[in-house]
Amino acid sequence: MSKPVIATTSLAGCFGCHMSFLDIDDRLLDLIELVEFNKSPIDDIKTFTKDCDIGLIEGGCCNTENIHLLKEFRKRCKILVSFGECAIMGGLPAMRNDISVKECLEEAYLSGPSTVNEDKILPNDEELPMILDRVYPCHEIVKMDYHLPGCPPTADMIWIVLHALILDVDIELPYEVIKYD
Amino acid sequence: MEKKVTFTIDNKECTATAGSFIVDAARKNGIYIPTLCNYDGVKPAGSCRVCTVKVNKRHLTACTTPVAEGMEIEVDTAELNDLRNAVVELLFTEGNHYCPACEKSGDCELQALAYRFQIMAPRFPFQFNERDIDASHPKIYHDHNRCILCKRCIRAVKDKDGKSIFEFNNRAKEVRIKLDDKLGETLSDELALKAMEVCPVGSILVKEIGFKTPIGKRKFDRIPIGTQETTEQLSHKEEHHE
Amino acid sequence: MTTTEIQTVLKKFRNDKTRLVDILLEIQSENGFISKQKIETIAEGLDISEVDVEQTMSFYHFFSCKPRGKYTIYLNNSLVAMMKGREKVADAFEKELGCKFGEVAEDIGIFDTSCIGMSDQEPAALINGKVFTNLTSFRAREIIRDMRKGMEVEEMYANTFGDSKNSSKLVRSVVRNHIKRTGPILDQNFQTGKILQKQLALMTPEEVINEVKRSHLRGRGGAGFPTGIKWEFCRRATGKKKYLFCNADEGEPGTFKDRVILTEKPEMLFEGMVVAAYAIGASEGILYLRYEYSYLKDYLEDVLDKMRKDGNLGKNPAGIKDFNFDIRIQLGAGAYICGEESALIESAEGKRGEPRNRPPFPVEKGYLGFPTTVNNVETLCSVVKVIQNGGEWLRNMGTKDSTGTKVLSISGDCLFPGIYELEWGFSINTILEMAGAHNTQAVQIGGPSGALVNPDQFDRILCYSDLATGGSMIILDESRDLLKDVVMNFTDFFIEESCGSCVPCRNIPTLLKNKLTRILEGKGTMKDFEDSQNWANMMQINRCGLGHTAANPIITSLENFRHLYEDKIQKHKDFDSGFDIASAVAESCEFVDRDPNI
Repeated sequence: MSKPVIATTSLAGCFGCHMSFLDIDDRLLDLIELVEFNKSPIDDIKTFTKDCDIGLIEGGCCNTENIHLLKEFRKRCKILVSFGECAIMGGLPAMRNDISVKECLEEAYLSGPSTVNEDKILPNDEELPMILDRVYPCHEIVKMDYHLPGCPPTADMIWIVLHALILDVDIELPYEVIKYD
Repeated sequence: MEKKVTFTIDNKECTATAGSFIVDAARKNGIYIPTLCNYDGVKPAGSCRVCTVKVNKRHLTACTTPVAEGMEIEVDTAELNDLRNAVVELLFTEGNHYCPACEKSGDCELQALAYRFQIMAPRFPFQFNERDIDASHPKIYHDHNRCILCKRCIRAVKDKDGKSIFEFNNRAKEVRIKLDDKLGETLSDELALKAMEVCPVGSILVKEIGFKTPIGKRKFDRIPIGTQETTEQLSHKEEHHE
Repeated sequence: MTTTEIQTVLKKFRNDKTRLVDILLEIQSENGFISKQKIETIAEGLDISEVDVEQTMSFYHFFSCKPRGKYTIYLNNSLVAMMKGREKVADAFEKELGCKFGEVAEDIGIFDTSCIGMSDQEPAALINGKVFTNLTSFRAREIIRDMRKGMEVEEMYANTFGDSKNSSKLVRSVVRNHIKRTGPILDQNFQTGKILQKQLALMTPEEVINEVKRSHLRGRGGAGFPTGIKWEFCRRATGKKKYLFCNADEGEPGTFKDRVILTEKPEMLFEGMVVAAYAIGASEGILYLRYEYSYLKDYLEDVLDKMRKDGNLGKNPAGIKDFNFDIRIQLGAGAYICGEESALIESAEGKRGEPRNRPPFPVEKGYLGFPTTVNNVETLCSVVKVIQNGGEWLRNMGTKDSTGTKVLSISGDCLFPGIYELEWGFSINTILEMAGAHNTQAVQIGGPSGALVNPDQFDRILCYSDLATGGSMIILDESRDLLKDVVMNFTDFFIEESCGSCVPCRNIPTLLKNKLTRILEGKGTMKDFEDSQNWANMMQINRCGLGHTAANPIITSLENFRHLYEDKIQKHKDFDSGFDIASAVAESCEFVDRDPNI
């Protein structure tokens, strides 16, 4: 029997959740025994080469690239997990959600106190992803199957949940592992 | 002598002083009923509905309903636990609760309830309502993003003449806590600190202090709200206030 | 108003903070708003903080801290108003003035307001407190032009005053009564003062209570609590003083029967208050009159004066020894929730109209902490007839559990909207036939807080044990879009009228509205349908009746018109986020000047 396949990505996140993933420390060795990684910064595979069993999504969606990537993950992964506060509710990037995107761009590129942009150049190259009107939690774009809160989720929780999903057993979490900060 | 009454909580026989509120009566009998807007020593408001129990098959708030002889009270049922979870989830989606950026994190009672209930994500959509942060007062930050409108500050913090310092303003979705313009200007250090302590979340913060307790040592880092230790901790604090 | 003038107003109310609503109404009457500076003066005069003044002021729809114009138009946006063409009228106001609702132009303000109790003559508006009915776009433009000429509000009436007492010197309104069917409450079989002088004077309070208990009379406000038992509780309660309230805060959209009773039978109502006060041992009575009916205030005060002169009110009414009772009128300031009895008491104490926790019940600890009974207008009128004819007489009318008659406010799609007094126990079909309704698709029984009923249930009986109602019946014919027009309008109403205290009531109606919007846009899935049902279930843990019923438009339409939802739901999708990438990038692309390439 082939091993379950895991893919991971970071959308509008800071890679902190991935760092916490690495914090499972020596259990990584156990994990490698249990699963195979596909598209993920962990093994640096850039594109999906096969359908996966579990997809971990860090970060919410702030631009069109995030949307396309999230949708691709949904297509390629049987189980999709919102991995961290940003994936669940937008996180700190979503602090812009009650400010208009116009105002945000103005502040960032034209009138901010640390902005130097004498020619008033705005990021409008065709190659760039387009900015969304607000930051969207992942489950507002596609169906998400599980949510792991935390900024970042604790390494213990990541391990317990992954382990349970891989072995298809009930998830039982001790009090201390669920944290939102 | 105080009159005692007998009643049941989840079929367990209990006794308590007649007229005491169900929340307190349950605690005396070793049963924890989650609360949020309730604060010892302050008139209960019954506004958050987290402490909803069933009394003789009717939904009532345990913080405002006195026990009576023969009451049959349900607390720990699947239906009630789900309703409590839902209230907490609603509060997380109504305000803008960025726990990682909040200095009350770890000591926040809203968060503590969510930890205790093991809420992984709210069932409701995040509303991203526009809320103000008022930093204009000399002593305190008033962050409406985090306010859960529990009225604890309204009820517990009054000036020396008993006048209101905080009050509700507006109604329905637009309801907000308002800090009195004049009394806010002259707020004493003592009252500012009290307001911060009374606030279950990080909506009222005293300026120039914060992040004092390291992660791991905060109130709810290791011990769930409502367990023996935290209950004692809380009631000790309250005695100190009185 | 100068500071001194404000202080004079405060003095008139003995600098009593529990009269804050009256104080604010009087101060606002000068120019339609209350400035921050005035709030300061009021707070100082009442020895309370400014936030205390502001908490009350900001709660009520008709108070404002900003100017709302020399003329202020409050145009009803309730369901029936919409059905009768409100949007055309609203459009005409906006176009003529060049501003939107919620704004002021040329010193004329236009604002929305919920049902003003004129569902039989919609579209209707309140203009500087005066009622304008049967509005059209033509009239809207005409009214604005009259305002530009600086005319007095009454000069703008286009027709003669309304029927009967509506045209009396002290009312002078164009409102019509539309009484289509009378019974013991609305018929002519009532002689002012007779029952008090000839009957009440000979009875003990206990006898009065027993007679009312014998009648099995139940509260007509909607909840149906037995009146005699309420009185008995209050009589037995200990307190230095007791209060009797008449709840004339008729705010349930589609109801207008109390307005007609107040106009036509105020003597009977006030005598009912005397009877109730005598029974419970109250020395003071308060008629809590909704602001929308303030045009009746002078007239009602005059009726009270006459009663005092006739010896039926004040010291020893009807010559009864050891019984003193007088009535004052307390105006509301625009809040549906104040129809809930404890919210009404809070409001009469000058506070926000937030319902109280029970216990204690008002009969134990009500107004200012004293035992208080709150009765509906119609209940108190029925009481007079119970004293006149005996409890047995009332019990012989209606059904076993619903005795006597019910005054119904019928509106919507029928030939003869108006007031119908019927013995309890009639079916919906009977009413439809009586009011001349054809092709009826649904009937909203008991207003938005009641039920949307489908034709399969039209043989159901109106009574407390089947379909209870406070009296509002809105008939909807086949031309109506029940979800878009009815359920949405009612849900908006409840979103607006929540006091904001309980977490579910403050949030759930909005979330349900968003779900319904998704479903109506064709983006809904079965999940939205199930979520709506589950989430609406949370409303049962709210504190008060409004909170318990605020999801009823959704709940009862889901129950009784399930197919309307199912028709709009995407059957073959189990998830649809509704996310639209094109509209999500539109603003940023425009700002950076690029074409969206999706």
